[in-house]
Parts: sequence; structure tokens; C-alpha cells
Amino acid sequence: MNTFAIALKNLARKKVRTLLTISGVAIAIAVLVSLWGFDAGYQKSLESDIDKMGYQLLVTAKGCPYEAATLMLKGGGGLLYMPEGVYDKIVKDPRIDRITPQLVATAYDPQKESSDSGIALYMGIHESYLALKPWSKFKFGGWFSGEDADEVIIGYEAAEFEQRAVGDKVFIPGKDKVLTVVGIFERTGTQDDGIIFMPLKTAQRIFDLPGKLTGIGIKLKDMRELSKFEEDLYYEPGIQIISMAQVRGTILNLVSSAKAMTNSVAMIAIIVAVIGVVNTILMSVFERTSEIGVMKAIGASRADIFRIIWTETTLICVFGGIIGNILAILGGNMVEYALKQVLPYTPKGHLVIITPEVLVLSSVGAIVMGLIAGVYPAFRAASLKPVEAIRKGE
Amino acid sequence: MAGHVIKAEKLTKVYRRGSEDVYAINGINLEIDKGDFIALMGPSGSGKTTLLDIIGCLDSVSSGTLEVFGRDVSRAREKDLVALRRGNIGFIFQEFLLIPSLTALENVALPLYFARLRKEKKFLTEILKKVGLGHRINHLPKEMSGGERQRVAIARALAISPKFLIADEPTGNLDTRSSQEIFDIFRKVNAEEGLTVILATHNPKLGSQTSRIIYLKDGKTVLREESGLY
Repeated sequence: MNTFAIALKNLARKKVRTLLTISGVAIAIAVLVSLWGFDAGYQKSLESDIDKMGYQLLVTAKGCPYEAATLMLKGGGGLLYMPEGVYDKIVKDPRIDRITPQLVATAYDPQKESSDSGIALYMGIHESYLALKPWSKFKFGGWFSGEDADEVIIGYEAAEFEQRAVGDKVFIPGKDKVLTVVGIFERTGTQDDGIIFMPLKTAQRIFDLPGKLTGIGIKLKDMRELSKFEEDLYYEPGIQIISMAQVRGTILNLVSSAKAMTNSVAMIAIIVAVIGVVNTILMSVFERTSEIGVMKAIGASRADIFRIIWTETTLICVFGGIIGNILAILGGNMVEYALKQVLPYTPKGHLVIITPEVLVLSSVGAIVMGLIAGVYPAFRAASLKPVEAIRKGE
Repeated sequence: MAGHVIKAEKLTKVYRRGSEDVYAINGINLEIDKGDFIALMGPSGSGKTTLLDIIGCLDSVSSGTLEVFGRDVSRAREKDLVALRRGNIGFIFQEFLLIPSLTALENVALPLYFARLRKEKKFLTEILKKVGLGHRINHLPKEMSGGERQRVAIARALAISPKFLIADEPTGNLDTRSSQEIFDIFRKVNAEEGLTVILATHNPKLGSQTSRIIYLKDGKTVLREESGLY
């Protein structure tokens, strides 16, 4: 006979009530774990996305910085155009280590309706593109045969989705143009995987954008010169410079407002769960008034009674915590799917990463929750006077 | 006899009901010695239960003195009363008041757990056998008859080897046959082990089988009688 056994048997008496209370705690903990997991996962994925862009700065045409930031992560540039002359001007700057011009264009593909709302993403690139992205390797084939060749290199996922191989023809919807696949990139785990690349000049010709660019990716020789470099370009008309650090901050800002809301939802879930636990245990204390009186009569001290009731609440929260953790692990993909629908930008990779630390932390949280929720009911029970308690129950 | 188990002088318990003072017991003098088998009798509301609660150290005294094992407990704190009850006083109630979620054996083990006493399962089984329940040790209270439940309650009271037993109408909810059987257990532990037993009863037939009857009315002792039958 021990406190645990007594508490467990008490909880088992009203199985439905106990299970409902445990479910309340489990849901609250699951929400909390998913949120913490999202917090860690999103940031990590975002950072890896940004690292894999290869450049620290992006020069784009002036426009909404939020839109630019989002579009840039999706394909390397905002869909606002600037003249090629900007590139010619910047490229000579001695502080630049690597630089690459790019032109992003989209085309609506009615056959691709099932994915990404049927929009195909094309990017005109220059040979310097590969120098900025050393991890972009060819799985099949190789680089374009000329600067104006009617050829494409396809990202890994786009190739897989469209079942393309080197030598195949690719039709650009709406442009009545057929290009030949000369290369397929290996998987990079970035947005590049879904893009169809072509020579910059070809893209300018096909999409009717002669001498236009959407972005210029830049890597400086020395990161410390970043602010000075930005300052120098500040007065250049019609362009803006976005640094990756800025992009990261901008996106995290956008996400943090969503996070604040979900955090408050989690807090409310926890408060409701705690109230539920307190209510359940209080009710059970009232129902057992005479039993508690008898326990006191046969030798239980205030501390003994307090311990039994406290153990009951803590057990409820511990079980709830365990189930909540399992729910969060099992439901992680569902949460991820839901988040992808509502977030302004979702990086590649897992958005929700539930680490062992998060599980340990939430379990400790559940125990603390139980200890807090148990104080009042346990105190009420411990304070019952044996005579009154026994007679009340009779 | 060297010292009384219980000695009460001018014991009074007053409750406040509205603006009125109600004397549940009013100036009772009482001496109970080791081995006594005492029946408290009297109409409902005469103060039997209150007197049992007080001498069982469950309730406080309004005035007068109460000595238990020679120690004045009339002003004792709750903590000291708990310590005194533990291992010294066994309680049996009319409503049995077993813990429904625990088996007969676990109910009997409960006071030992609170008293931090470790006993073998065999010890607990022996006690249940003593009250005639050797075959029901793993049954829950709801699976037992009233008489059986009361036997478990008696076993629970006996588990801590108390100095005296307090039983508040222990047969009040039982039929005549079970009542006599339960009463016989009290008589047996009193006769064979010299255990002091104080019980309240409405049943004159049972009362007449004790060594002493104390009649209460309106919180006062009205008659003391040595029973000839015992």
C-alpha cells in the first residue's frame, strides 16, 4: 500500500471523468509541444533556406520589401524588373566576390493544376549562378551550349514531377516555345528544386523582357563591408538592396505575429486544462468527504491527505502530458500541413521539429501543472475536520 | 487499577446554533479502565456520538478535562491528536465507511500505512480471518454484504493493535443475526485480548451483554448500570 496505489485506485473509480480530464491536459500539452516544435523547426528551416541561397545580398527593383522578401525566397527575385545596366554598373565593384544576374518569370500551366496552383517557375541565369551555388551539381547532363540557346536545366523535383530526362522537349505554355532539356540538377533541398532554368538571354527573349532582370545576387569578399556597400547603392535609382539577415528578420517578424496568436491559444488551452483538473479533483474531494474523514480518524495526518490528493492531480497531468506528447509527435505532419496553409512563407524541410528537449520540457511542464492544480483541492481535503467530514458523508 | 484508559471530568461540548448555545454533552464525568466493555445508550440526539468523537480524540472539548492514557488532551492540538489516534484508537462506524476503491485487505492495511508500520500480508490475512473474512480478502466493499463490510471495518480498526475500540452504532445498519455476529466479535476481542471497547447502541439486547451501560439523555449521564449478564 502506498500513496501512488491509493491515488491511482481513486482515479480509476470514475474512469470517464478521469479520462476526460486527462484528454483536456493532453490536448493542451499537444498544442504546446507542436508550438515549441514549430518554433524550433521553422527557424531552422528558414536559416538553412537562406544559407542555401548562396548570396548575402539581393538587388531588386524597388517595391514592397515584404513581397520582395517572400518572392525572393520562392525564386530569387521579386517580379518587378530593373534594367540590365544596373548589373553592368555593380559588377565592377572590387568588394564583390561573386555576382549573378537573374530573371524570374512565371507561366500558367493548365496541366499542372494539382501542384502550386498551376504556376511554373522559370529562371534565366548566367554561368556565374553556379559559382554562387557550389552545391548545385548536375545529376544528368550539363550546362547550356550557348548564351542564347533554346535549352533548359531542370531542378530535381520539377524533373521528377514532369518525368523529364535529358534530351526531352519542354513546352512553355502561353509562349508557344519548345526548349530542350540539357541538364537536371541534383536535389538541393531548396526552392531551386522546383525551378526550370534557362540562359538569361533566352529567358529575356521568350518572356519578352529584353534587357530586364528581376534580381542580382551578390556575395561580398568581406561581410563587414556590407553596410558600407549597401549605403553606396542606396542612391542608385529604382533599386533596393535586401540583405539575407534582413529577409530572415522580415519573415520571422511576419511569423512572430502568427506565433503570438497561437501562443495565446496554447496558454488558454493550458489554463482551461488546469481549471478542468482543479474542478475534477475538487468534485472528487467533495464526493469523498466522509472517506477523507475516515482516513483522518484512522490515523492520516493533514500531510498524508494532502499527498494523496496532490498525487492524484499530478498523475492526471502526467498521463495527460504523456498522451499529449504522443499526440504532438503523431500529429506533427498534420500541424505542418495546416501551418503551410496559413503562413506567408514556408521554408523547405520540416516546419515542426519535436526534439527530445521539447518532450522533456513539456513533461516537466505537465508535472508542474499538476502540482499547481493540486494545491487548492489538496489543501481543501487536508483541512477537513474528521468529525464534520464523516458526518457530512453519512 | 493503575491509571484509567479514559478519564473525563465535567466534559462539555457546546455548539452554536444561530444565537442559541446547544449543549451536545453537558458536564459528563466518566472513567473507563482497561478491559472495560461499555455500551452507551440513549435516544437519538442524547450525545452518544459526540461523546464517542471526543473520547476518540476526533473532536475538541468546549470545557472540562479529558485524559486519555493519563494525558490531558482537552487542549491538545490537531497534530497531537492525530499522533494519539494513530496506533491507539480503533474506530468503527454505523455506515462502515470503507474506502470503496480498495479491497478488504487494502482497507485493513490503510491505518498501518498512515502509521508507517510495515506488516506482512499474512498479518493482515490473520486479522481478516479473526473476523471471519479469510475468504474475502480480495473483494471490494461493493461485493460484500453489510455484515461483511462491518467485519472489514472491525479488522481495519484492529490492524493497528489499538488500546481501545470506539464503535458508533456498529450494528445500526444490520439485521438481527448479523448484529449479534458483529457484537460477538467485540465480545471476543474484549474477553480474549482484554481490549477496551466502547460502543453506542440502540439495541437493549446487545447493551445488556456488555459489562457496563451508560445511559445518556440531553447530553448528561442519567444512569450507570453494571450489567449482570457479562
